[in-house]
Amino acid sequence: MVIGLGHYLTVAAILFTLGVFGIFINRKNVIVILMSIELILLAVNINMVAFSTHMNDIVGQVFALLILTVAAAEAAIGLAILVVFFRNRGSIAVEDVNRLRG
Amino acid sequence: MTVTAAFFYLFATITVASGFMVIASRNPVQAVLFLILAFVNAAGLFLMMGAEFLAMILVIVYVGAVAVLFLFVVMMLDVDFAELRQGFLQYLPVGGLIGAVFLLELILVIGAYVVDPGLVRSPAVAIPSPQVMTNTEALGQVLYTRYFYFFQAAGLILLVAMIGAIVLTLRERVGVRRQDISKQNARTQETAVEVRKVPFRQGV
Repeated sequence: MVIGLGHYLTVAAILFTLGVFGIFINRKNVIVILMSIELILLAVNINMVAFSTHMNDIVGQVFALLILTVAAAEAAIGLAILVVFFRNRGSIAVEDVNRLRG
Repeated sequence: MTVTAAFFYLFATITVASGFMVIASRNPVQAVLFLILAFVNAAGLFLMMGAEFLAMILVIVYVGAVAVLFLFVVMMLDVDFAELRQGFLQYLPVGGLIGAVFLLELILVIGAYVVDPGLVRSPAVAIPSPQVMTNTEALGQVLYTRYFYFFQAAGLILLVAMIGAIVLTLRERVGVRRQDISKQNARTQETAVEVRKVPFRQGV
């Protein structure tokens, strides 16, 4: 049984769907939403590396590295915003995020 | 070949299962730990695809930094997570429907996907054979030459993220006695010491 591109793409597709699903069912918990975004980015990275291997082209791995960078930066900023918001409101529920609503 | 398939299914199954546990777990600490498990097994998948450097970076950056950051925030914030779980079942049907449709579409696309053989024959930068050059070296030779500006941009993004996170979370507390070294150094004998003439048997 040869493990090819399709196998990796299927894993990535399932992970991506799990991430989207996680955002839908954990609508109140920002931390789990951030973790779901990390799952989505991981799925994208698996796609990138799978195509890189399949096409024998290393550029896909370069872009996977850049996606990894952006994901790390996004997690840091997101968690910083979360900490500041918790300090101000004492809650991280998504429905409490309405200060800009006017 | 069978060993490869066995390892692929091992890594893939654990990745997907722990990904599911990330979104389904009741305790957010457990969710973060499952996220770490998912990342480690995804690193195993990367290794199987021949991207050794990215696999190690995934373990170092994600498990070592991002997941620990998540763990730190989850443990630091005093939040009633049970309350945040309410509405879980309410969103489950819609979320499940959207997730199922989405997965079905993705599977359909992947099932019908065929890579143009011409693309495979003409890569932008071909991956050198592992006997000639390690994956890390090959990646470095591309990243620091052809994609140098992208590399710089990634560094800038990290710098901005670092400054942003510090600026966001730094706070000046009032009423805290801090050491002010310049003030300490500016003290002279005249301002610090007062000499009084104390009359006999009267006190200060």
